[in-house]
Amino acid sequence: MSTSLAPAPALSTHESPFYSVEWRKLMMWLFLVTDALLFAGFLGGYAFCRLASDRPWPDRAQVFDLNFITVMTFALITSSTTMASAVLAARNGRLRTARSFLLVTALIGLAFLGMQAYEWTHFIQAGARLDSNPWGVPGFSSYFFLITGFHGTHVLIGVLVLLLTAARSLARPNADEMVEVVGLYWHFVDLVWVFVFGCFYLV
Amino acid sequence: MVERAGTGVLTAERAGPTARVEEHHAPRSFLGRYVFSTDHKVIGLQYLLTAMLMALVGGALAVMIRYQLAWPEKTVVTPETYLALVTMHGTIMVFFVVSLALVSGFGNFLIPLHIGARDMAYPFLNMLSFWTVVPGCLLMLAAFFVEGGAAAAGWTAYPPLSALKEAVPGSGLGQTLWLLAMALFIASFTMGGLNYITTILNCRAKGMTLMRMPLTVWMFFVSAVLGVLAFPPLTAAALMLLGDRHLGTSFFLPGGLVFGEEVLAHEGGTPLLFQHLFWFLGHPEVYVIVLPAIGIAFDVIATHARRPPFGYRISVYATLLIAFLSMIVWGHHMYVSGMNPLVGEYFSIATVSITAPFSVLGINLIGSLWRGQIRFTTPMYFALGIISVIGTGGLGGLYLGTSTTDVYFHDSYFVVGHFHLMIGVVTLMGTFAGCYQWFPKMFGRLMNERLGKLHFWLTFVPMMAVFVLMHYQGLSGMLRRYYDHSLFEFQTAGRALNKPITYFALLAVGGQLVFLVNFFWSARRGVRASENPWEGASMEWNTASPAPHGNFGPEDPVARRGPYEYAPQDSHQEYLPQWTA
Repeated sequence: MSTSLAPAPALSTHESPFYSVEWRKLMMWLFLVTDALLFAGFLGGYAFCRLASDRPWPDRAQVFDLNFITVMTFALITSSTTMASAVLAARNGRLRTARSFLLVTALIGLAFLGMQAYEWTHFIQAGARLDSNPWGVPGFSSYFFLITGFHGTHVLIGVLVLLLTAARSLARPNADEMVEVVGLYWHFVDLVWVFVFGCFYLV
Repeated sequence: MVERAGTGVLTAERAGPTARVEEHHAPRSFLGRYVFSTDHKVIGLQYLLTAMLMALVGGALAVMIRYQLAWPEKTVVTPETYLALVTMHGTIMVFFVVSLALVSGFGNFLIPLHIGARDMAYPFLNMLSFWTVVPGCLLMLAAFFVEGGAAAAGWTAYPPLSALKEAVPGSGLGQTLWLLAMALFIASFTMGGLNYITTILNCRAKGMTLMRMPLTVWMFFVSAVLGVLAFPPLTAAALMLLGDRHLGTSFFLPGGLVFGEEVLAHEGGTPLLFQHLFWFLGHPEVYVIVLPAIGIAFDVIATHARRPPFGYRISVYATLLIAFLSMIVWGHHMYVSGMNPLVGEYFSIATVSITAPFSVLGINLIGSLWRGQIRFTTPMYFALGIISVIGTGGLGGLYLGTSTTDVYFHDSYFVVGHFHLMIGVVTLMGTFAGCYQWFPKMFGRLMNERLGKLHFWLTFVPMMAVFVLMHYQGLSGMLRRYYDHSLFEFQTAGRALNKPITYFALLAVGGQLVFLVNFFWSARRGVRASENPWEGASMEWNTASPAPHGNFGPEDPVARRGPYEYAPQDSHQEYLPQWTA
């Protein structure tokens, strides 16, 4: 069974641009498309609910500590640069450097999760629940927990994969491609956060 | 060649000493070969057999529905059970029969064979996707045996029926199981779709350019892309629905809902949101399952009319256009749900414009017969049937796509007749055409032609009768999902047709037993097939029947021309196989 885990042998020709794309990378791109649409479904629902709401939407400045959120966002976006450095290092064959950059990225991811946990705690202590909140429209907190929770789960999975890659995959052949595929996922998670950030904290 | 036209292809030919090249790593144990196999052909058959079992359930439900409608005075089922019957019939047929058999089953079986690959890009993921859908099937069936019975909110699972656990008996545990089963199905289908796209883009044989792929593969490709794009928003909707059901959120529930004597605590949501998210999947899903059937029709017609399909490239482009348009027209399912007339106008125009590329496909199918040397084999019967049904069903679609007429037809039997023709009969006939056509590659034998043709007539005539008559019922104002139409004065006009429709439906269901007998009998006792019993030119005929593990011999196959070189003008051969120099 272990042999079947690896992709079947490639039949290489170069008549289509896709032949030059590595399989894992293509699959990751496709997965990201589906994941993007999943987030689009949630964010679309959020927009629908907000536009259709007959009561005024809660004031974000009153509810959230925007400075704190900015720090969170800054941290996550910084991790994109360390991730890119890891990809570059792996591509140049400097695997030890790549490993440290992966670990730094994972660390920042963990810091982000910690800050999110702190923010959630704060939010819940202020009275927000999945089905209601003190500021009015219940959809406000429902969507908040749903979407930031879903995004947080993605970050958590990303951190685990980063640690796993740092621990195991770098010893294997094609390590640079593996790092690149993980990098794609990580950048995607960051990009989604920009949309989440925009929808909940800016608009 | 001329003397071989006609019946020659069907004579028993011994397989001969064809070297069955088994790759050295072919699994030997029973579990490895037939149960947890990573071979795409075994997985394809597993899907097909699973779909057959589910079809028995879906068919039985259809019989019970028709029985209730024809003889409502006997009240064999309660109104609540009737709702559960239509819900489960729809869900099982759309997702667990047609999607499984046609897209998952034939997609797996045909794509690698057609493009000259040895397996799917990710064989393990492929196995995983099959073993994800099996518990999905079991959960869906388990819903019949739990308290309150199976889900009863319709196959569309609209809230509030699906969101409030106490709404109807089936809204309880039955609906939860329904959602879990659908989640497993979506996970499996997405894995399959990703695998299809990667395989088609990345694993084609040398020389197999995109425009040298059989149209079936193109259709599977477009269908996989559509599935991958359309299912995630439904997943989002399902997660939100679970929240409404179990966590007290109000994503889909508005304020002021009264249940019994009490006002429910939910507020701030809107059931319209669910409808949008559902139909954003729901409409492309129609094309996800219809396009592969049309692709199979193209390939079958090319093989048996002995000429290349009319307008290959145009068909590909038309399909891509259909795929794009199908993603931006979901609103035509919601004309009566409350919609700004301007938005309705947009959805009408966009929907009706699909007619143009779709007609191109239909005309190309007919054109593919022009000056062909038609061999009337069973797969050809079914392929011709598909053309007919697409025409009939497509016409009804025009009335339903336009908001002006749909407001009248909405939720009537006109709709039921229309979508059964398109996503029921077309897809089933595509599946059958595929079975008869590629049976040699599955079992090394041919299916019985006599039984096959009997099966065709017992499928085509009764099914057309059932669903065309339903259009008339809809015109007379009869509405769907009513358990007893005699209770309503305004629905009495079409009732006289209920009994004839039920008789035809019983005939159609009975006709499928002929297929089952033929399938299992031929698998063991059918006439042995040669490598290329239909004299096909595409890549799958370049291997033994049944195709061995690894699909092709020790040499990797090379595509040297298109897949449809029948009656070539610059050659004395009757057809030029894709793989020969």
